[in-house]
Amino acid sequence: MPDMPTTEPAGPGAPPTAPQPVPPVTREHPRLAVQKTYKLYVGGAFPRSESGRSYAVHAAGGAHLANAAHASRKDVRDAVAAARRACARWSAATAYNRGQVLYRVAEMLEDRREQFAELVAAGEGVAHHAALAAVDAAVDRWVWYAGWADKIAQIAGSSNPVAGPYFNFSLPEPTGVVGVVAPQESSLLGLVSVLAPVLTSGNAAVVVASELRPLPAVALAEVLATSDLPGGVANILTGRTAELAPVLARHRDVDALDLAGASAEIAVELEQAAADNVKRVLRRDPAEHGWDGEPTPRRMLAFVETKTVWHPIGV
Amino acid sequence: MSTDDEGVRRDVTTSSARADGAPDRPGNAATTLPAGTGAGAGAIADVARSETALRRFLFGLPGVDQVGAESRAAALATRSIKAGAKLWAIETAISMVDLTTLEGADTPGKVTALCAKARRPDPADPTVPGVAAVCVYPDLVATAKRALHGSPVAVASVATAFPSGRAGLAVKLADVRDAVAAGADEVDMVIDRGAFLSGRYGFVLDEVRAVKSACGRAHLKVILETGELATYDNVRRASWIAMLGGADFVKTSTGKVSPAATLPVALVMLEAVRDFAASGGPRVGVKVAGGIRTTKDAIRYLVLVNETVGDDWLDPARFRFGASSLLNDLLMQRSTQRSGAYAGADDFSLE
Repeated sequence: MPDMPTTEPAGPGAPPTAPQPVPPVTREHPRLAVQKTYKLYVGGAFPRSESGRSYAVHAAGGAHLANAAHASRKDVRDAVAAARRACARWSAATAYNRGQVLYRVAEMLEDRREQFAELVAAGEGVAHHAALAAVDAAVDRWVWYAGWADKIAQIAGSSNPVAGPYFNFSLPEPTGVVGVVAPQESSLLGLVSVLAPVLTSGNAAVVVASELRPLPAVALAEVLATSDLPGGVANILTGRTAELAPVLARHRDVDALDLAGASAEIAVELEQAAADNVKRVLRRDPAEHGWDGEPTPRRMLAFVETKTVWHPIGV
Repeated sequence: MSTDDEGVRRDVTTSSARADGAPDRPGNAATTLPAGTGAGAGAIADVARSETALRRFLFGLPGVDQVGAESRAAALATRSIKAGAKLWAIETAISMVDLTTLEGADTPGKVTALCAKARRPDPADPTVPGVAAVCVYPDLVATAKRALHGSPVAVASVATAFPSGRAGLAVKLADVRDAVAAGADEVDMVIDRGAFLSGRYGFVLDEVRAVKSACGRAHLKVILETGELATYDNVRRASWIAMLGGADFVKTSTGKVSPAATLPVALVMLEAVRDFAASGGPRVGVKVAGGIRTTKDAIRYLVLVNETVGDDWLDPARFRFGASSLLNDLLMQRSTQRSGAYAGADDFSLE
């Protein structure tokens, strides 16, 4: 047998070198800041913007928080394609299963309560306890919508009396790919209030996050990516709302549009563009400004289609 | 679209070739015909005179540099095509499509619908060019011919025991004559891969010649089924056999075997076509088929054609896409280019 290389270069008997202790972070040895540049959430992955752009995100007080991806129209295109691909599987899942998956998202939100509270406090410039209250409300709202997954058919569906030997019934089905312009001010509670109802009934969503406060949306994307939600069911884009929303509104493969976060100036233009392929459009409701009111099924019912079946009986 | 960065077309897959694509010494590069015979149709006939001569010629072809071919194809695939050129490329690609349906479940109704789509790919927009041909099985040629009566769209038929090619020559020729008698303008034959892989090159060549003469006035496309040929060297040799046998087109695949068309395979075939033309042979077309589903893929092939054989081949008479789902993506991208809004899959008929 040839000479084997020795694994102990210092020879036998030499003491192993002890690892150097990590110096504590002190005033003299400050820790280097980790510079964050977040990415988009498209098709279950975290790609950079196709354009390679990013933009600085500032706290309410003006301090630099992080960089966020500055999505382009091609990212919207990719997100819509991903949503379309994901639609079939998500809408075919049983309502009970969808509810379970969404409930799991709420559990994970709850686990990251402190992180979300920090992001909300920094972005919206509110006190920590107020931010924490908003996070709690967001988690509760997500749970509320998760519970509706297998109940929505009971309020939106019906069995209809008809004059003939038929059992006639109607039931709600998901609209398809829904473009969501997320609320600008309420960065987490507002986002949850518009995203959860879209997902509950089996739609896939392409969300344009709050332009100036996108970080809670980015953190939510990280939650969704590690939850059981199939990739592509929710896609989150960060960037300029005035640049992305019109692309979404004109896209002929988008079936519905939620204008919750569209300013009055662009809302009319968006609604006109959406008319091209007869998208369902949910207008912004001024009453929802703070998003702290009791939720109603209204937002879920906006993105379902009614299917009516005539089933022969008595034959 | 422009030529290469250096303004020349390089034979990158052949290590012994000069930058201008010409052989650097006699008897060694891709354009090689037997030394001293000079270029021309006579030289081509010489090569195919005997099994020995053919074998000597095929093994005298320079080996394909696999890494070079793949990196060349990958480099060209990154080229960015901007708006004006893109619209041109999309419309050119539409006019090069052989709209194909080759399923056991094909019905006359489906073929008729496909033919309507071939004539007028986008009923909402008459400015969209028609496709080059409709490609069907021989028994549906008559249906397609009837449905396309009076239009410039050709009818192509697969034949010769497609897709495996496992039948006797008499059966294959009867298959071809059937298709031609039913009115096929183009015949897509498959080579006998078993014979090719076991080294019976003369047999493959004779078969191509026999099918060519059975075709009469119909154009002959020879399917190499590159996914079963294992090496790029084999693709180059099979291309030469097909061209020596009188093919009007060499075609990558049946679409029934994976991998089907790939960019490096198309590059090797385009170089063979270029070299064949350079040594005095006719200009043979190339058809890529199988697995090309997006506009982006199609444009990459057009770039490859332009950079390898030049824009003479950017014409439906010399380059084709065999595809079914590609057409809808081309139509969607065209409508996006023209209207600025992304199109939806529901805007176009499936067939």
